[in-house]
Amino acid sequence: MHFEYIIDGGNFAKAGTASSLFKKVLKQLNVDPKLIKRTVVALYEAEVNIVAHAYNGVIRIDIDTERIYINLTDKGPGIPDIELAMQKGYSTATPEVREMGFGAGMGLSNIKANADKLKIQSEVGKGTTVEIEILLKG
Amino acid sequence: MDKQYFHHALNIREEVCIGCSHCMRVCPTEAIRVRDGKSRLEANRCIDCGECYRVCPVEAITIEDDDFNKIFDYTSRIALVPAIFMGQFPEDITAAQIFAGIKDLGFTHVFEVEQGVEILRFAMTEYAKTHEHLRPLISSFCPAVVRLIQVKFPSLTDNIMLLRPPLDIAAAYYRKLLTDQGASEEEMGIFYVTPCAAKIAAVKSPVGEESSVITGVINMDVLYNKVYRIIKKGGSHNFDVPGIRPLSSYGITWSLTSGEKDLMEGRCLAIDEIHNVIAFLEKVENEEITDIDFLELRACDQSCAGGVLTNGNRFLTTDRLRKRANIRKLKGDDPGKPEEKSITYYQDYLLENINLTSVYPRSMHKFDDDMGVAMKKMNRFNELIKLFPQVDCGVCGAPSCQALSEDIVKEKAKLTDCIFVQKIYEQRGSLSQEDTLRIMKNIWGDERMNPYSKIE
Repeated sequence: MHFEYIIDGGNFAKAGTASSLFKKVLKQLNVDPKLIKRTVVALYEAEVNIVAHAYNGVIRIDIDTERIYINLTDKGPGIPDIELAMQKGYSTATPEVREMGFGAGMGLSNIKANADKLKIQSEVGKGTTVEIEILLKG
Repeated sequence: MDKQYFHHALNIREEVCIGCSHCMRVCPTEAIRVRDGKSRLEANRCIDCGECYRVCPVEAITIEDDDFNKIFDYTSRIALVPAIFMGQFPEDITAAQIFAGIKDLGFTHVFEVEQGVEILRFAMTEYAKTHEHLRPLISSFCPAVVRLIQVKFPSLTDNIMLLRPPLDIAAAYYRKLLTDQGASEEEMGIFYVTPCAAKIAAVKSPVGEESSVITGVINMDVLYNKVYRIIKKGGSHNFDVPGIRPLSSYGITWSLTSGEKDLMEGRCLAIDEIHNVIAFLEKVENEEITDIDFLELRACDQSCAGGVLTNGNRFLTTDRLRKRANIRKLKGDDPGKPEEKSITYYQDYLLENINLTSVYPRSMHKFDDDMGVAMKKMNRFNELIKLFPQVDCGVCGAPSCQALSEDIVKEKAKLTDCIFVQKIYEQRGSLSQEDTLRIMKNIWGDERMNPYSKIE
């Protein structure tokens, strides 16, 4: 099954909407609550990244009985040094963003901790694609 | 037939229900449908919050308590009364008068539920320390919230603190006390005076415990009327209430909003009213909110002061209890050395039995147990939801277009239940006017359609 969600950059009030909608889908599909939690946490962090850093983005999700594949593609500034960005606590978020409770620098490492597979591709000045995979069968 | 998980205290009396659908529209878990002109409760979705009870215009919804005369089956008749009860009465009526009134009705002992807090507060602090990996911890105090989490937020069931509420502790204490004094279990009847339906359901089918230590339940509005009548008639002289020390200030305010929160360490939040609780849990489940240690969540606005079985105005009740707590605080809360017979004297015994077993997730959202089947049903659901007008008019007998789509997928409703779909089918000629009238009668009952036949 395929799901798509459009994300506006800079709209913090709506950050998390896609995650909430997809969470309901996972509940309806009777996915194990623990896997739901991991998926939603990873998805939420990645969604907030688009809101915080990019101009806009699309989340495409494919789910079957074996796995959940999430592709988040944004148009934005891109990540110059992905390895550095992956480090816990590293953040390029502005003070305004931090004041709203985002941008603590835990995003990417938190996604990694919850995903079975994580792939990040980025081109500076163009945008970033994050691919997350969660396996549903142990 | 789905397996029924919960016993419900809420009951819709079919013979009284007029099928007005008010209850269906306010139910926070979409547990009510209208069929044959009557509201019907879907047992596995209902969390006994009582929102339906509040809005029913004809009192068709009842909350099943035990017959008051059942207390006389026992030689020792204990009334377990929450502090909220005292807050129902005008300020010039004293707690002693109220206690005496309860005894006049036939109870041999009166005991305040929140005495249990003396044991529970330490268990909660300890629990927070030994469960540092689980945050936020969620209080198990409000049974409607516990059930809400089970059905709507299954991934948060582990966060519920597996500790018995003050009620269970107070009941266990009194049982022990009387047994030590030589009474036998069979002679003892412990009756809880409840401010809400959820507590009854919790007593009758407890979540996370084998069986309840409480014999029966009496609705607070029933007892209020009986006691107030005695006081109005000149009051009782039955003032020999046993010398149990008065409730602590934090015991008095425990069931009010912030009552638990104020005693917990770290970053703690208190949230009341069911929709507020749902909105907040959505965020907690996404881990949008991560730096909270403890959540006190209550289904009713103003917590138990707003319970559906209370008579008093919830704001006045809160104000009275806070006043009483302040007076108590000025006199000093320190209980000193545990007196023999007091609840703290039995601390070790009560702490041994304070844990609940576990709280299981019981998702109400799932389309099917099998994920492959659930996906097929979801595809159908996604097609349906695009068809419907998103007006949420409720004419189909379901609270929203989304709920109708779910019902159709689960084969509990039909596409043609939607009045918009009916209109299109009528125009196409695939449904006759007789057909659509029959559909409407199936949902809203024959009688509801009858008056219109008289219109010229």
